[in-house]
Amino acid sequence: MFYREAGQYKTSYAADMAVFPLRQDRIGLAIIIAAAYGLAFTKNDFLLQAVMIPFLVFSLAAIGLNLLTGYAGLLSLGTGGFMGVGAYACYKLMTAFPEVNVLIWILTSGFFAAGIGVLFGLPSLRIKGFYLAVATLAAQFFLQWAFNRVPWLVNYNVSGAIEAPLRTLFGVPIMGPTATPEVRYLVVLTLVIFLTWIASNIVRGRIGREWMAIRDMDIAAELMGIKLLPTKLLAFAVSSYYCGVAGAMLVFLWYGGAEYTVFDINQSFFTLFMIIIGGLGSLIGSFFGAALIYMMPIGLGMLLPAILAPFGLSIGSETIEHLRFLIVGALIIFFLIVEPHGLARLWQIGKQKLRVWPFPY
Amino acid sequence: MRAPDSPIITKGDVLLAVDNVSLSFGGVKALTDVSFDIRKGEIRAIIGPNGAGKTSMLNCINGFYHPTEGRITFKGETRQRMRPHVAARGGIARTFQNVALFKGMTTLDNIMAGRSLKMRRGFFWQVLRHGPALEEEISQRRVVEDIIDFLEIQAIRKVPVGKLAYGLQKRVELGRALAMQPELLLLDEPMAGMNLEEKEDMSRFILDVNQQFGTTIALIEHDMGVVMDLSDRVVVLEYGRKIADGKPDEVKRDERVIAAYLGVPH
Repeated sequence: MFYREAGQYKTSYAADMAVFPLRQDRIGLAIIIAAAYGLAFTKNDFLLQAVMIPFLVFSLAAIGLNLLTGYAGLLSLGTGGFMGVGAYACYKLMTAFPEVNVLIWILTSGFFAAGIGVLFGLPSLRIKGFYLAVATLAAQFFLQWAFNRVPWLVNYNVSGAIEAPLRTLFGVPIMGPTATPEVRYLVVLTLVIFLTWIASNIVRGRIGREWMAIRDMDIAAELMGIKLLPTKLLAFAVSSYYCGVAGAMLVFLWYGGAEYTVFDINQSFFTLFMIIIGGLGSLIGSFFGAALIYMMPIGLGMLLPAILAPFGLSIGSETIEHLRFLIVGALIIFFLIVEPHGLARLWQIGKQKLRVWPFPY
Repeated sequence: MRAPDSPIITKGDVLLAVDNVSLSFGGVKALTDVSFDIRKGEIRAIIGPNGAGKTSMLNCINGFYHPTEGRITFKGETRQRMRPHVAARGGIARTFQNVALFKGMTTLDNIMAGRSLKMRRGFFWQVLRHGPALEEEISQRRVVEDIIDFLEIQAIRKVPVGKLAYGLQKRVELGRALAMQPELLLLDEPMAGMNLEEKEDMSRFILDVNQQFGTTIALIEHDMGVVMDLSDRVVVLEYGRKIADGKPDEVKRDERVIAAYLGVPH
């Protein structure tokens, strides 16, 4: 009814290959982006600082892992480590060269993560699946050890923590204690939109097809002239770049400071859950997954007491915390059984249903 | 596409020569001292009972296996250990006995993936997906659309191939191999598991590829009617050895071939 392509003719291959061939999709996306920018002006610090900024940062990390695991089919448990490399590289760079704008350093720090990712991706030519996951687990533990034990990385700070220094863009503080959540949110949002656009370009072109070819049938891909090792290493590099940038944003645009424990194995697992629930091999799924895994516990924390209050029941914050784990765990199992392709697939089905509504097909 | 120093091979010349090739896995001998050649522009069939080493032969030709003994000469160049992607660059494409498509990708993406080697724009332009990268994408799309038209699979262009019927999957796989614009096309049982109508369609496509594009084809097939009708020359393998080689009519009358297929009275 409202979502129909009738009358929209594609007259060129370029139009057919567009990300959003339907006018309604383009309008919808424009509204979503406008609304996302509009949120900055609500002055709701809780919404921005505790919900939107982390959601966007985790979405970016999920996109990073999805490029590797969802598109190239290489299972990784080193996401936390690679995010840490980005954060510590960014810290070293911006304290060593404080005169260079910090946005440049955030985007540059990803390259260091990419280098480390390639290094730990080298075994991927010989080992696959769970065995590769174990190899990347080694990366996770080694990197976390390095963050803790190499004092040079934290500029010999006795607390062992890295802290966001005050940095400005056009005179407005965007990082450090005086930067408002609104400004940091706008910076994060812009970076995430930009990097998502880049990721969508990569996965729709030759490189994305080569990754998926290797994921689906590596022997056939090789016999078609796709070199396995360079293609897999490129996947590790791009994926780690995204994770690294996400890690830098996590510490310096959200937390404001962090210790090595932020980048522990739990971070890797949570990112993996996000892409499994959101949808492997889907960029929009990365956003869905991050939203579900990160926002749902917050929503539950607010909803549960509100639901129970009319019955005269009160619920302790520890109980809510436990309930969150229970519900998230149950949801993961539910999704794996009911829709292995994740929320992205449900989204697709929903859109298809809307297209043909009110007819069944 | 041809390297400047490689010889120009015209129709009827030897495109690929297999000389005394043996292949063994530990103690198991898959191929023993097999020699034959494939001439430019012909349809060459490789037949034989199950386990005769036909697929092993194809795997040797496109560099997936390396023969333990013997040489394979392609376009006048002999390589001891050819890597699969080198063979692909040299112009050898193949399809598989068990369909080896990229199941999560659409028909269009599968065939576009076959154009990977022809796409040269580097990472920088790919990231931007503008200018040269987009032009290249569109020009390759045009080639792919020609193949889609040729194989009459327009309707399934945007369907993930995992959801397609078996016969159509075989057709998409042929399309993916054709996208490489190969000089030598290896088809491993292109008609296995098909009904009569699908076999007729596939035979028509194979003949059209051979005649319209001048592609040399080597095919493995069990349907003798198809083999005898399509192929110019047939080589017969049994237990890894060559037992006959020649025109379909000669091979059909060969006593060892009849014995291999029908058995001999004791």
